[in-house]
Amino acid sequence: MTLRRITLALAAPVCAFVFSVVLSSFVLVAVGTNPIEAWLEMLSYGSRLETLVQTGNRATQLYLAGIAVAIGFRMNLFNIGVEGQYVLAAMLAAAAGGAVDLPPILHVALIMVVAMAVGSSFAGVAGYLKVSRGVHEVISTIMLNAVALGLTGFLLRSWLLDNSDTTLNMGTPEIPPSGRFPNLNGVVEGLSREITRGRELWGFLLVAILVGVLFHLFLSRTRAGYDLRITGLNPFAAEASGVHPSSTVVRAMLLSGAVAGLIGLPEILGDAHKYDLNFTQGLGFAGIAVALIGRNHAVGVGIAAILFGWLDSAAPILDVVGDTPREIVSILQGVVVLSAVVAFEVVSRIRRAAEARDAAEATHPTIAATDGSPS
Amino acid sequence: MSQPSTDRVDGPVTIESSPPPVVELIGITKRFPGVVANDQVDLRVAEGEIHAVVGENGAGKSTLMKILYGMQSADEGRMQVSGSEVRFSSPAEAIDAGIGMVHQHFMLADNLTVLENVVLGAEPTRRGTIDRRSARRDLEELGRSYGLDLHPDDLVETLEVGERQRVEIIKVLYRGARVLILDEPTAVLVPQEVEELFRNLRELKARGHTIIFIDHKLEEVLAIADTITVLRHGRTVATVDPDEVTAHQLAELMVGSELPTPSTEPRGADDHVTLTARDLSVLDWSGRPTLDRVSLDVHRGEIVGVAGVEGNGQSELIEAILGLRLTSGGELLLDGEDIGSWPVRRRREAGIGYVPEDRHRRGLLLDAPLWENAMLGHQTMAPFVRGPWLDRSGARSATTRIIEDYDVRTPGIATSARALSGGNQQKLVIGREMASSPRLLVAAHPTRGIDVGAKASVWADLRAARRDGLAVLLVSADLEELIGLADRLMVMLRGRIVAELDPATTTPRLLGGHMTGATGDATGDEGQTP
Repeated sequence: MTLRRITLALAAPVCAFVFSVVLSSFVLVAVGTNPIEAWLEMLSYGSRLETLVQTGNRATQLYLAGIAVAIGFRMNLFNIGVEGQYVLAAMLAAAAGGAVDLPPILHVALIMVVAMAVGSSFAGVAGYLKVSRGVHEVISTIMLNAVALGLTGFLLRSWLLDNSDTTLNMGTPEIPPSGRFPNLNGVVEGLSREITRGRELWGFLLVAILVGVLFHLFLSRTRAGYDLRITGLNPFAAEASGVHPSSTVVRAMLLSGAVAGLIGLPEILGDAHKYDLNFTQGLGFAGIAVALIGRNHAVGVGIAAILFGWLDSAAPILDVVGDTPREIVSILQGVVVLSAVVAFEVVSRIRRAAEARDAAEATHPTIAATDGSPS
Repeated sequence: MSQPSTDRVDGPVTIESSPPPVVELIGITKRFPGVVANDQVDLRVAEGEIHAVVGENGAGKSTLMKILYGMQSADEGRMQVSGSEVRFSSPAEAIDAGIGMVHQHFMLADNLTVLENVVLGAEPTRRGTIDRRSARRDLEELGRSYGLDLHPDDLVETLEVGERQRVEIIKVLYRGARVLILDEPTAVLVPQEVEELFRNLRELKARGHTIIFIDHKLEEVLAIADTITVLRHGRTVATVDPDEVTAHQLAELMVGSELPTPSTEPRGADDHVTLTARDLSVLDWSGRPTLDRVSLDVHRGEIVGVAGVEGNGQSELIEAILGLRLTSGGELLLDGEDIGSWPVRRRREAGIGYVPEDRHRRGLLLDAPLWENAMLGHQTMAPFVRGPWLDRSGARSATTRIIEDYDVRTPGIATSARALSGGNQQKLVIGREMASSPRLLVAAHPTRGIDVGAKASVWADLRAARRDGLAVLLVSADLEELIGLADRLMVMLRGRIVAELDPATTTPRLLGGHMTGATGDATGDEGQTP
């Protein structure tokens, strides 16, 4: 029973990935390049320690984004606004961090609290619109993305700009050393070799793992998590069981936004120490794909984040070597999402049929027995 | 092959006294995972007869009809229509062969008119546009000749259930069907509407149509059918002439031997009033009352039955008691305490159990394991939680107990609710509500769509709970069930309670009269016309 469950759970993503590689290979053949060469190139570049460190960094951000989206998905809320929530949160948190001087741990804590509060309240707007005015969250969050990005640019330009910076790169004032997150290079180098200077494995990875553990515990072990989950499974039954529909919607949006607020922090606390024009955008949308592939499950989202993080980190080599366009990786990622969705549906049908068979055997042992006998 | 049908050694075409049957199914077998829905079923329907197919839920009636109508394909067996071999891979092919089906759940577009619904998918066209005039002519012609009373321009959403059914029948006739399959047509009708339907069916028969009629209400079958085929556990057990069997014999053929009936026991009610509703009202979106100043008491140890045609305020009453629907006025007391402003959760914690009318919609998490379903509605109470944490082991053992005590047949408590049959799902819902020892149980259609065995056990559970002092508000469309179980009966019509009856002196017919308002004036209805 459990063995079948695990096999089925693994079959879907593995099949989806293999299918995507094959399909992208056909695309490469069609444009006249050798797919095997391209994949081998990516593999050898992708297995270098520096690329793996970068994979870990990217996966940290993607994981937080995936979890933020997954919190909404688990109760059938589509928080498409993670993108806007994290960019605005990162900018304001960086500005807050650059504006004050506090003892080390407190400083980082302040930045994190600001980021989570901003993300949370911005997502809360969509939640409030949904329960008070019936505005569908997909519509409101998409529009709020535009608002968030515009607001970020406006605030940066008018209030929070660091005037001491003489370069053309606009950004918030730099965060003093007390507000930075230590890296994990020591751990990695202890296990393998020295990392090329300038590359760091961001310590925020640990925070992301903690978020994943809390997410899992919350959903599977707490009453509030149960209420949220059953609202996603069947809102009408949840309501009849005493779950208050609108407050659950608002709560889920606030939680989702709080996690979304953290997405930009690994980069700001670990590397850039300010919000500027080099800040990575687009992670909120990538998070939707990561959550879909990871089935909104803490471990699944982690695997998906590592996969996407690795593909993102290993892709640039294609520009340098050979004539394979690096965009093939985007195609590959897109196909993985589509085929994973299909594969999960197929697997869940197989599982349902198997369960129905087991249940039928428990109910009518005699009829089921005649079914199997030769006639 | 293990059971060759010795009484049918003849080939497909034999010389018999009568013309070939208009529909003949031979040795139809259909398997679903784990279940044989049809096992070597034979069915012969003669031209121009009303042929009833009866059997309890899960006997394979609907599957057989879906095969005949081309919605599903048989794994084994043959079909003949008017003596020639056929094989349908879609309903369109069945319609071409002159077979039409009226489904149990109507398939009509509410926002279209009767005329538009009838022609939908088979529109007569003239130079590329819909020829409304000829469609209207044909429809009126059909209505006149079969005595099917309908106005082509009425919106379907304004029609009553019986009228909708007539639209479905006309729809099938309009497509030229000679053979009509009706899947449990009376399930949604009150007795008076059933008589109207039967008049229509006799008219169709007089005009040479053949009708295959699926049902499990025996009096109706005996009243209308010319031939009855009985299915049990997916097999044909008998084909009988209605003049030669009694309802009791037919019932025994259907269920095998045991025949459960709801039966009352001496009253267990005492003077303590558990639930009081005073002038409870609910408005719909347009401000019209769907529940109109309803007052009732439910005593400890008493089952109060609520009868009524669906849509007359019963759902609103239940949802108002549970707090799922906003009331516009009135008082609601549980053991003397005003619960009118409490949220759903507080009411459930105070001991209101709920068996919803649609268990898939309101009562279950189909894709969650049984133990998570068992805590649904009780997720703030022991043994399912400890503080803010779920108590997984407590929940599991509580679920195991429910499964044993209420005979839920399942491979285990980790199975998802979807995998269980309707009867077992319902037993889980009932068991879960009973296991929390509520003060008041609000049960809507607790035996709808479940088989006879599960029905009997649900009835037994309700009766046992009543003996232990539970107050039960029972809404049901099964009049036998209401009369058999309830200590007092209320009849609802247009959002009001129009009659209170003693089940000991009530018949389904009398109830039906009150439900449609036919005898409303005589029983002190407050009257809507001055």
